[in-house]
Amino acid sequence: MTAEQIIQQILFFISAALTLGSAVMVVATRKLIQAALWLIVSLFGVAVLYALLDASFLVVVQVVVYIGAIAILFIFAVMLTQRDQRDKGPQLNKSWVLAALVGLATFGGLTFLVSSWTGFGAAAAPIPAGTVDMVADLGTALVSVDQYVLPFEVASVLLLAALIGAIYVAYNRK
Amino acid sequence: MNFWNDPVAFIADWLSGIFAGWGMPEFWSNLLVFAIGIFVLIAAIMVVDIFLVWIERKVVARFQDRLGPNRLGPYGLIQPFADIIKLLIKEDITPRTADKVVYNLAPILSMSSVLILWAIIPLAPLAWGVDLNVGVLYLVAAGAIGALSIIMAGWASDNKYALLGAFRQVATMISYEIPMVAALLIPVMLAGTMSMQGIVEAQTFGEPGVWFILVAPLAALIFAISSIAELGRSPFDLNEAESELVSGYHIEYSGMKFGMFYAGELLHAFTFGGFWGILFFGGYSVFGLETLPGLQWLSSPFIAVFMILVKALVGYWIIMWVKYTVPRIRIDHMLAFNWKILVPLSFTLIMLVAVLNKLLLGYGTLVYVAGMFLANVLLAIVTIMILGAYARRQRLAEEAALQIPARAAGD
Amino acid sequence: MIPLSWYLILSAALFSIGLFGVLARRNAIAILMGIELMLNAVNINLVSFWRYGSPAEMSGQVFAIIVFAVAAAEVAVGLALVISVYRRRKTVVANEIDMMKW
Repeated sequence: MTAEQIIQQILFFISAALTLGSAVMVVATRKLIQAALWLIVSLFGVAVLYALLDASFLVVVQVVVYIGAIAILFIFAVMLTQRDQRDKGPQLNKSWVLAALVGLATFGGLTFLVSSWTGFGAAAAPIPAGTVDMVADLGTALVSVDQYVLPFEVASVLLLAALIGAIYVAYNRK
Repeated sequence: MNFWNDPVAFIADWLSGIFAGWGMPEFWSNLLVFAIGIFVLIAAIMVVDIFLVWIERKVVARFQDRLGPNRLGPYGLIQPFADIIKLLIKEDITPRTADKVVYNLAPILSMSSVLILWAIIPLAPLAWGVDLNVGVLYLVAAGAIGALSIIMAGWASDNKYALLGAFRQVATMISYEIPMVAALLIPVMLAGTMSMQGIVEAQTFGEPGVWFILVAPLAALIFAISSIAELGRSPFDLNEAESELVSGYHIEYSGMKFGMFYAGELLHAFTFGGFWGILFFGGYSVFGLETLPGLQWLSSPFIAVFMILVKALVGYWIIMWVKYTVPRIRIDHMLAFNWKILVPLSFTLIMLVAVLNKLLLGYGTLVYVAGMFLANVLLAIVTIMILGAYARRQRLAEEAALQIPARAAGD
Repeated sequence: MIPLSWYLILSAALFSIGLFGVLARRNAIAILMGIELMLNAVNINLVSFWRYGSPAEMSGQVFAIIVFAVAAAEVAVGLALVISVYRRRKTVVANEIDMMKW
């Protein structure tokens, strides 16, 4: 194993620990603002994982969409609700033990399922020769008629619908 | 390979030669060379940043008919160091109810969100941090981290003025991000790539090979307006708004933590001046002169770095010019200006440029440039006419509403 | 090198943590955060299958981008609903929003 591979593995462990550790903090912290900030750390860890997976476009989109828009939206929403109302009392409901069991069972089941699959320990497939710019390939795939132009357009309609819906729902009628 | 034409590779080779002489494996020596490169780049930027303080104070003094710093050193050049000493020995205050970790993290994030931008700035033909193929999006992502640092500062200070300032600033940043991304898409479309390096090269060696300011002046204007909003500078400085919010999100910060915000803001303005130069004014190119025969020596990295710094300073000066000339506008006006004017205008511009770019490309450089330029000007005139008609209608309606009670009082 | 299994286990763990958040948190905003974690776990899976399966085809990344769009839409509408409910009923606790139960 070369030094580069070892460094990749170390990076993976650091970002995995970051992602999972802060994800646990998201669901366990009492203060909601801190949960939102931990969520940002977790999303950032996922961005590093995308970088390790050579998906450069997704790394940047993860930061722009999740950290720049979704996390900020969460922080705004938390701040718009009253502090003593949102942070008082228990933050977990009565059946949290059951929820933890369900979570553990899901993790065990998923791990068992994928580990019985033959491609479980597969190594990364080589990037095909002649790939100059993967972002350009992705862009072409998104708009070419025989590939993904329909899902792409449907996603844009969905975003428009969400925009209108969010404005309508949150609009304060005087 | 000589020093004059490719200094970065020259020095890197020399360094890795030395490290190899010490018996270091190639991988580690490369890593060390990269680390040294990053350190040198950041150190150079921070030194520039120190003098930006002096430039800002000197320029604002000229705009306000004052002298500015003039006691320490020639033309007051030592003044920024005195400022730094003052900031360093000031008492470092943390509010008792503040969230300590977030409070201390915010200035660091604010500064680093600016510093990471320099990774993608092409300083010279063969000198840049990294040539990302998603460079333009990276610029937007760094802005997202900046917005995050501001809301962290505003919330962690546990002060209502800080929180209000942060709210305003983040609302501005999120909404002005849309016309900014739309304006950024136009150089991307014209160059056919998102990499900063590719955009600079397309303006010198591309198909028409002209600066994008000639092809898309309106996009340059929209980018300038939205980047001033992103910077939170006047006329969009509602985040600070001294008269109502005291000083906005950094109200509780003192000493060097405040210094980080302040230096980060100045460097951010300078950096956006640089991006303006890169995206619309040919980046490091010397007015395209280096493509002429006999003037090849002009493409040397040393001249290129000088050019990009000059262009960044000009952009920075324009930002300061706007800042110290135009008064602050109200937040609802600001958001209405964004959503009702800039966003529709930038989307129309994208469609116009995309269609014309394909139509006119076959007719030679002159027709292409003239056609694109005139289309931009035409769109701007139409926008101004629509706005004028709307304003006239509003004014007439207001006057009519005022006149009826006035007449009733007179009778 | 990193085998595919590491990514899959990581994603399963992230999904389960998110699921726990959705099931156990009382605050509606925190529940939405749990959903975000689950969506991210799905995305890690999609991208790692793309990278380890067939990097020549862009399907994995395209799916991930669609998930981004859906996540953004879901958060915008979800948080608008939470704010709207909070404005009318002064609560963000999911259990107390039960007018439709009977």
